[in-house]
Amino acid sequence: MDEITSVFIQESREQLAEMESGLLRLEQTPDDMDNINGIFRAAHTIKGGAGVVECGFIVAFTHRVENILDSLRNDELAVTPPLATLLLECCDHMISLIDVLAADAEAPDAALKARGDALTEQLKVFIDSIGQKDAEPADSKMTVHDAAIEVESSGGGIVLTDSWHISVRFGENVLRGGMDPLSFIRYLASLGEILGMETITDAMPAAASMDPESCYIGFEIQLQTRSSKADIERVFDFVRDDCDLRILPPNSKLSEYIKHIQELPEDTMRLGEILVRCGALTQAEVDQGLCNQKVTADTTDADSEAPPPQLGEILVDNKVVHKEIVDAAINKQAQVSDKKAKEARLVRVQADKLDQLIDLVGELVIAGASANLLAQKSKQTDLVEATSVLSRLVENIRDSALQLRMVQIGDTFTRFNRVVRDVSKELGKEIELVISGAETELDKTVVEKIGDPLMHLVRNSLDHGIEPTALRLERGKPACGTVTLNAYHDSGSIVIQISDDGGGLNKEKITAKALERGVIQPGETLTDAEVVNLIFEPGFSTVEKVSNLSGRGVGMDVVRRNIQSLRGAVDVTSVEGEGATFTIRLPLTLAIIDGFLVGVGKAAYVIPLDTVVECIELKNLPSDRNFMNLRGEALPFIRLRELFEVPGECPPRESIVVVQFAGQRAGIVVDQLMGEFQTVIKPLGVMFPHLRGIGGSTILGSGEVALILDVAALVLTVSQNEERKMFPGRNHQPSTALPNN
Amino acid sequence: MSSSPPLAITEDLTIYHALEQKQVLLDALATTSELELNLSQVSEMDTAGLQLLILLKKEALRAGKQVRIVAHSQAVSSVIDFCNMAAEFGDPLVIPAHEAS
Repeated sequence: MDEITSVFIQESREQLAEMESGLLRLEQTPDDMDNINGIFRAAHTIKGGAGVVECGFIVAFTHRVENILDSLRNDELAVTPPLATLLLECCDHMISLIDVLAADAEAPDAALKARGDALTEQLKVFIDSIGQKDAEPADSKMTVHDAAIEVESSGGGIVLTDSWHISVRFGENVLRGGMDPLSFIRYLASLGEILGMETITDAMPAAASMDPESCYIGFEIQLQTRSSKADIERVFDFVRDDCDLRILPPNSKLSEYIKHIQELPEDTMRLGEILVRCGALTQAEVDQGLCNQKVTADTTDADSEAPPPQLGEILVDNKVVHKEIVDAAINKQAQVSDKKAKEARLVRVQADKLDQLIDLVGELVIAGASANLLAQKSKQTDLVEATSVLSRLVENIRDSALQLRMVQIGDTFTRFNRVVRDVSKELGKEIELVISGAETELDKTVVEKIGDPLMHLVRNSLDHGIEPTALRLERGKPACGTVTLNAYHDSGSIVIQISDDGGGLNKEKITAKALERGVIQPGETLTDAEVVNLIFEPGFSTVEKVSNLSGRGVGMDVVRRNIQSLRGAVDVTSVEGEGATFTIRLPLTLAIIDGFLVGVGKAAYVIPLDTVVECIELKNLPSDRNFMNLRGEALPFIRLRELFEVPGECPPRESIVVVQFAGQRAGIVVDQLMGEFQTVIKPLGVMFPHLRGIGGSTILGSGEVALILDVAALVLTVSQNEERKMFPGRNHQPSTALPNN
Repeated sequence: MSSSPPLAITEDLTIYHALEQKQVLLDALATTSELELNLSQVSEMDTAGLQLLILLKKEALRAGKQVRIVAHSQAVSSVIDFCNMAAEFGDPLVIPAHEAS
């Protein structure tokens, strides 16, 4: 696929996402003109781009959608729920069409084509309804081109409204500068089709004063093109300083043409004629526009106190153009320039280039650590100072490099607006989605992978969480259910919560099901938290009726596995009758962490620094018990020496590193503390997929390998060991504890 | 009616020759009431050339004279055609050029 196509595909997907969110807003605020304009622009841009990459099927379909949007924009059609739904479906269809293009297919397959045809039919119904409505007030609404009527006459083919009016007067020095105006016009013609062109020679003086090397020529052009205004302007880039260029976009209002006529140096009537000849206006339109202005000018002469109204106002007063349309035109220009400015601030970078950079930064971090170590050994103060500056800079580079990969989770969240809307319609429930913490940032790879599990959890909340409206009212809750998506940072991880105010999880049902499936044994006593978390066990679904949304019983364990593969964890809390909250905890990034280096025997281990709460040095730890009294609280601990079976004697003084994960604390007993250390995570080889408690490895400055401890797994092991000792009768081990795959 | 044979322009009607051609054309117009131009040898015409033809036409109009282009080269007719000036020049011979293009 060539570059331009891939850029088109990417940009179109962004445009479609914008269009979708715009359409969702449209349902809430049907009168928001800015929004409608935004949607229209998105569709228009896609159509334009599709034209450039010569993708006929996208152009054809988008064109029809654009027509409808255009009539919305012109107030010829009101927003109704069926129309909004239809437009959303069209939006989906466009996404599928883009996928077809992305897959390098020539044309959409039969099923997709049939869907497109069906949507076209539905669109046609709406367009036809405009035609009828429009027939009555035809004279009160005189626009230069009436999109709806033209669409009917041309049957969805090329529509005249797509033509731009370009008026250009070349400066005297253009020819001397070695440029030929004709070649610009020829180039312009390559952007589209010139429907009409008039050569303006009025500026040419009499023979005596005419300098044959000066340029006196100008052109009025009707150009049909899919290019943007910027593209048209670009044609004249070389003579930009030396020509008078005016461009009227397609669908410009009469007032704009009149204004245009008056701004140009030539005689008004003659220009009017020219515009008529090159097909921009009809004679009637010119007459009316000019005549109206003349009449008002006369009347204001008589009553000289009132300032002469602007032509635009006259036209508005005469209901030739709607005020909103004029405003919209102005807004549109402002927005277009805003958008340009926004685009200028963004640079697109290939993801693999970024990965390469992160890799290099990783190596830099390791090399920096090694230099630091040597400097300290050398005991040269200058060198130590220099390396410490260096390592601070490396740290900054690392942070900025990682920041490049960080994206806000907001985009992922807003996608669910659509899901909630569709699902709630399908289920006949009234559900509102509340999003908070959308600006929370996390690594791009994590964002990409979290989409599916999130989708499943949200659907689960919609389907099983929120009760039917009748039941809600019976329980004294508001009829409209609420699903909340929330994200925040918490000690080096990002926490994503999906909560609903529905019925909560039914513990009896879960227990019964777990017994039936053999997930737990009769007589086992579980805490409430353990019971609700049983839903993450394989093959578990409490809903008897399988709907097409969720509830096939393959969901939750897949969700958990996906999240665990991102070194994350998921759990659920539930209050019966009040709702349930799913909490996903993920590491911020997968590549580099700040570590805390500890030593056991001769080996070094790294504990992720953000999980470390404090370090305590204690003599004479109890050797028979695995928990200690820390300021009045019981702190379970684990000896790394025992866990990893490190040979050798315990030193007389041992240290405890207190770590925290997901609200649980545990102590890790080590021989010595070696301080903070930046660590690049190197994944463990394929030989060690079953290692527990080890998250990865890293290379120390000295060249030695250190293992990175998986604190989540360790904490859970520790707390379970402790529980097992306290309740020896229990044999069930919630397998949420350790990733064993 | 024309007393002189058509004025044949053999050089390109471009900016490079515009200065001298202006004089040639105006001089030719001054000597006759009906100037005929043979442009069949013109292999290139740019905006400057077009302007000259327009100037000649305007001057003729002002003096009540006539300018006719009796033969076009492909280059000339395509420019006139492209600029939609055929009607302005009002030459019968433009019509076949139209059909040819």
